[in-house]
Amino acid sequence: MTEAANFEKETAGSVTEAPAMLELVDLQVFYGAIQALKGINVTVRQGEVVALLGANGAGKTTTLRTISGLLQPRHGEVRLGGERIDGVPSHKVVELGIGQSPEGRRVFPVMTVLENLEMGAYRFKGVPKDDLERVLDLFPRLAERRTQLAGTLSGGEQQMLAIGRALMGRPNLLLLDEPSMGLAPLIVQQIFEIIKEINDQGTTVLLVEQNASQALQLADRGYVLETGAIVMEDDASALLSDPRVRAAYLGEGAA
Amino acid sequence: MSDTTAAKSFSVDVAKLRRKAWYQQPRWTRLLGMVVLGFILALMTGEDGNPAERLSAFTGAFESARLWICLAILVGVWALVEFGAPVRNVARQGRQSVGKSLEPTRAMFRSNGWLRLGGLVLVLVLAIVIPANTSLFWQEVLVTQMGIFMIIAVGLNVVVGWAGLLDLGFIAFYAIGAYSCAFWTGHMPVKPPFTVGALESIPFAIVTCLIAGVLLGAPTLRLRGDYLAIVTLGFHEIVYLVAKNSDGFTNGSRGVIGIPHPSIHIGPINYDWTLDPLPYWYLLLFFLVVLIFLYNRLEHSRIGRTWTAIREDEVAASATGINTVRYKLLAFAIGASTSGLAGVVYSSKVGFINPENFTIVLSVLALAYVVFGGMGSIAGVLFGAALLVWLPNALRDIVPEQDRFIYLGALLVIMMIFRPQGVIPSRRRQRELHMAEAGLGDADAMTEPTGGVKS
Repeated sequence: MTEAANFEKETAGSVTEAPAMLELVDLQVFYGAIQALKGINVTVRQGEVVALLGANGAGKTTTLRTISGLLQPRHGEVRLGGERIDGVPSHKVVELGIGQSPEGRRVFPVMTVLENLEMGAYRFKGVPKDDLERVLDLFPRLAERRTQLAGTLSGGEQQMLAIGRALMGRPNLLLLDEPSMGLAPLIVQQIFEIIKEINDQGTTVLLVEQNASQALQLADRGYVLETGAIVMEDDASALLSDPRVRAAYLGEGAA
Repeated sequence: MSDTTAAKSFSVDVAKLRRKAWYQQPRWTRLLGMVVLGFILALMTGEDGNPAERLSAFTGAFESARLWICLAILVGVWALVEFGAPVRNVARQGRQSVGKSLEPTRAMFRSNGWLRLGGLVLVLVLAIVIPANTSLFWQEVLVTQMGIFMIIAVGLNVVVGWAGLLDLGFIAFYAIGAYSCAFWTGHMPVKPPFTVGALESIPFAIVTCLIAGVLLGAPTLRLRGDYLAIVTLGFHEIVYLVAKNSDGFTNGSRGVIGIPHPSIHIGPINYDWTLDPLPYWYLLLFFLVVLIFLYNRLEHSRIGRTWTAIREDEVAASATGINTVRYKLLAFAIGASTSGLAGVVYSSKVGFINPENFTIVLSVLALAYVVFGGMGSIAGVLFGAALLVWLPNALRDIVPEQDRFIYLGALLVIMMIFRPQGVIPSRRRQRELHMAEAGLGDADAMTEPTGGVKS
């Protein structure tokens, strides 16, 4: 924790100089005989928003599932603050300060909004009031609907709830799996603004997205994943103007 | 959009697809259903078959006035439902006014804890007084079936209703409890290091069942719900066959005899249970009250909330930091030990057990009691067990012996069609069912394994 505080002091100046928080080193993950990740290297620095882009089946979710301990790499390492965390069971990863909003939102449908948020604080043996207030401040929509059953919320609200629930675990690193999935552009914009705010408050974010333009506008840096390998990595603004990215993900004429 | 002639891109006769024969109209489909049901009812209630004349059951049932009576009743019901709107309106208004007049009472119960307590005490007093004034037959049913299965249902509810794990082999733990009692009281071919009385064997039985629950659960709880159900089915079969075939350990199919009745000798309290069923009911009632109190606390504790999370979305639960396997194991162990308690009481009441007391049918029935009564609700599963044990016994004098369980089956079918959430469902479980039907969440722990694919 003190280490994290030190990081924050150091990151006050320039973001790119900050020390690495999460490192994936030559990560290889298999589903049986099929290799889903062919040795990827990704670095997320303290205070950054990093976008991981790629089409369906590129290995984005596999990467997140490996970080969160649901999958074990066959080769390579996952490091958090310099220490190996691959092999840590998934429920313990939360205690290391990694919060996640899983793919497809996955709220608890028959719990109220408030109960869902309380579940997010599961690792503390009570519900810290400050965290609850902070999350409800970030998401006024959730505050309005705090007693409503999560299953009756709209898709966008459920996504907000999933992110809010992850924040209740007081993460240093937030993993977001396709927060824009199936949502209207206006809602996506709202959610991305909130992600920006969360980042400004000091949480590092690893964002997995197909919506490249939104993700790159928000992110500091980006990686492009194709069939299990990193094919491009650069500053977000550079990727945003790269003709190959524009062709593949932003629907512009072939390069 | 301004085109007046729509482009037709298919060559199918759509009018034909939309057309419905008269028997496909909902109203007439229902009539047809009722008529079929009438035939089935006539057959069910009709004469027995006999081997010499194979079709006599059919001809007997269909030739008599019975068929016409059945058909008339069911078609009458159909007509009432289809055309009896005024009648139904009166009925609905009646129901509503009764509901409204009851509302103040309900509100009073909700707000006043003492009143609720009074209600519970009243139920308890009735449970003490009524059995004392019934026939010996019903006292026997109450103890050896109803009370035992109420305890089992409360235990199974932890596994199925709260943790959302489908367990088709729950009676295996009941058997292990019963045999534990036989072992520790020294009546099995294998002798224990020291012997204890029937009541004192309860802790041993509970521990044995806990261990058995963990042994079964640890390697299998990573499985998805429906696969888990098959595993538990297999486990039951293993326990049953071991009890049946290991002569040197369990005395095989001859069973164990001479298991002592329970007795208490603590200070001034001295009591010996005998063959009389009524005192056993009070013993069971004591256990039930303790269990209901404990499990009610459990449901609203952090553990209960954790089970809810696992049941509603296992992946999300794991993402919030819940060790899903550990909590599923806990549910398994708690359920198993509850069932073991029932096994001890049963074996010491009857004094004789053999493997046929623990057949697979009982596991299925136990699950039926829980689902019928209402998964996740203690009151529901108690009611489910009581009603479904009562029914075949009440039918004993009314219908031929071998037909009794047909009515139980029919009741289960009808219930699952019209009220799948059970008689007294837990509110949360009921909503989960609705939302799962709408494609949200799971309503049981049947998601992908959280262990993930190991590489």
